Amino acid sequence: MTLINSKSRPKSPPTSALTWLRRNLFSTWYNSLLTLVSLWIVYLGGRGLLVWMFSQAQWTVLQANLRLFLVGRFPIDQIWRVWLVALIIVAVASFTAGIMQPHRRLAVGAGIVTACGLGIISLVKGQLSDVIWVLAMGGITILNLRLGPWSKARLPRSLLTRGLPILWFLTFFAVLWLLSGGLGLSSIETNIWQGLLLTVLTAVISIALSFPIGVLLALGRRSSLPVIRTLSVFYIEVVRGLPLIGILFIAGVMLPLILPSQVQLDSVLRAICGLTLFSAAYLAENVRGGLQSVPQGQTEAAKALGLNPVLVLGLVVLPQALRSVIPAIVGQFIGLFKDTSLLSIIGLVELTGISRSILAQPRFIGRHGEVYLFIGLLYWLFCYLMSMGSRRLERQLEGK
Amino acid sequence: MTEPNPIIMATDVHKWYDAFHVLQGVNLTVERQEVVVLMGPSGSGKSTFIRTLNALEDYQQGQITIAGMELAQDLGNIEAIRQDVGMVFQQFNLFPHLTVLQNITLAPIWVRRWPRAKAEAVAMQLLERVDILEQADKYPGQLSGGQQQRVAIARALAMQPKIMLFDEPTSALDPEMVKEVLVVMRSLAESGMTMVVVTHEVGFAREVAHRILLMDQGMVVEEATPAQFFQNPQEDRTKLFLSQIL
Repeated sequence: MTLINSKSRPKSPPTSALTWLRRNLFSTWYNSLLTLVSLWIVYLGGRGLLVWMFSQAQWTVLQANLRLFLVGRFPIDQIWRVWLVALIIVAVASFTAGIMQPHRRLAVGAGIVTACGLGIISLVKGQLSDVIWVLAMGGITILNLRLGPWSKARLPRSLLTRGLPILWFLTFFAVLWLLSGGLGLSSIETNIWQGLLLTVLTAVISIALSFPIGVLLALGRRSSLPVIRTLSVFYIEVVRGLPLIGILFIAGVMLPLILPSQVQLDSVLRAICGLTLFSAAYLAENVRGGLQSVPQGQTEAAKALGLNPVLVLGLVVLPQALRSVIPAIVGQFIGLFKDTSLLSIIGLVELTGISRSILAQPRFIGRHGEVYLFIGLLYWLFCYLMSMGSRRLERQLEGK
Repeated sequence: MTEPNPIIMATDVHKWYDAFHVLQGVNLTVERQEVVVLMGPSGSGKSTFIRTLNALEDYQQGQITIAGMELAQDLGNIEAIRQDVGMVFQQFNLFPHLTVLQNITLAPIWVRRWPRAKAEAVAMQLLERVDILEQADKYPGQLSGGQQQRVAIARALAMQPKIMLFDEPTSALDPEMVKEVLVVMRSLAESGMTMVVVTHEVGFAREVAHRILLMDQGMVVEEATPAQFFQNPQEDRTKLFLSQIL
């Protein structure tokens, strides 16, 4: 069955703005009325917000506390380590992007982001070293977006296929070392990790860990072995029936009470466990839906070729199943990123938590609007980036 | 040349789907390099039977032996047998997330453990044999039905099987593409492959088959050479069937 290439449809002639307005917003009398009413509502709401933003809001709370929002109470003389972490991640990510599918828009985007970074630094009257770090990140991104395709052409494919995952693996450990210290760097307690740093760290680790666990649970639920299936179903249904806050309480508060006092689990680790185990249960159901959507004929063809059940799953069924549930899975991850805000209730001071402690300062009492607008923007930014990444991933896979 | 023991031996095979007796004592013996065609109305059990030959369906009673190995419940045994039995499906069942070349080299690399270079060389030869060499880097979704089925045939042949099973290979194709697939199947038969084909294509059966079996309601009604089958059918059921399709 041939697919009709949607790009081969003839493009409609370009329309002028007036024609577009007439066709989309004012096509009939009731549409015109609705348009006017909607515009009026937007104006009412927007006017209030804009007036407040430019006259009554006091933005000094952001200016004075930007460092707190971003890295909490990280020792000031060690902040270069956080900058280095950001630089490493940006470098490896842009290199990976360069190898996978470089787009000129990415380089332009990198330039814009760098410019924004410099703008923000000037607004908060930052230091020269901050400027240098931001410029370095921007420069490395653009460099790697070129370096990626260059290496793809020069280096053998097997080196890249094996090397990239190893690179990310090493990056993970480098980041952990830089953030927690030891081996030459002054060590930093995990409860010093605060603000956006903690949010991103816990979210990324929980997302990365919940994925394989979720896939295993989904496979377990479809297993023909009754013990495995029952255990998987039990786990999924119990976890799905509890609110995340409950699970975080169990992990964060109850667990230390139950365990003998010699066993001291780090609080951040407990929180990550709670988030991971919660997310894995929901992920399992998403993946199971994807597994069910793969036609039976695929499994039959794979079996007929002599592939054993593991190969059938790994080479034929899972790749197709996962591709079909990318939207659901990414949606899950976006939710998980924002769910990290609940960690503030079990004593971890991530972005929401540090906002509350900032608002408790006498100087900034009552500045809820500014602060929550700001962190809302930060949450939105990261979630939107994940969304965009997911769309690109889907488009890349759909080319097949 | 044919050796003393047949390559496929199915004796008194019975299968039930719950209470429904879908295979009622089917017997089939296939010699090496023989082309056997199974014909019959829908629901006769011919697809079910051909799928028991590579253990895609199980059976409750009887015995099936493929190339000297008995089809048992043992897992290791099943995969060893499937490596020697290639299958082509009505719905092609190509892997949509892999290119044509990757579809063909998947099993040889992962099951026969061939190095990639060898698998790709064999794959290219097969693509040339089924006449779609230029499509090697395309994805199945970009090919026509006839092209996809030819890729499916190449994919099965890449494992260098002793037997090829065809389950209504042309039934899902537009009429103008049926011929290109039958041409490939015919040349495969002429090269000496043992084939068991479930089909409605009378022309193919008449010209290529060594033996034709008519199945109805889970039983083999008649078994004869093409000449005998079409010109001088013995059973009434066969005569009825022929009057409907010819």
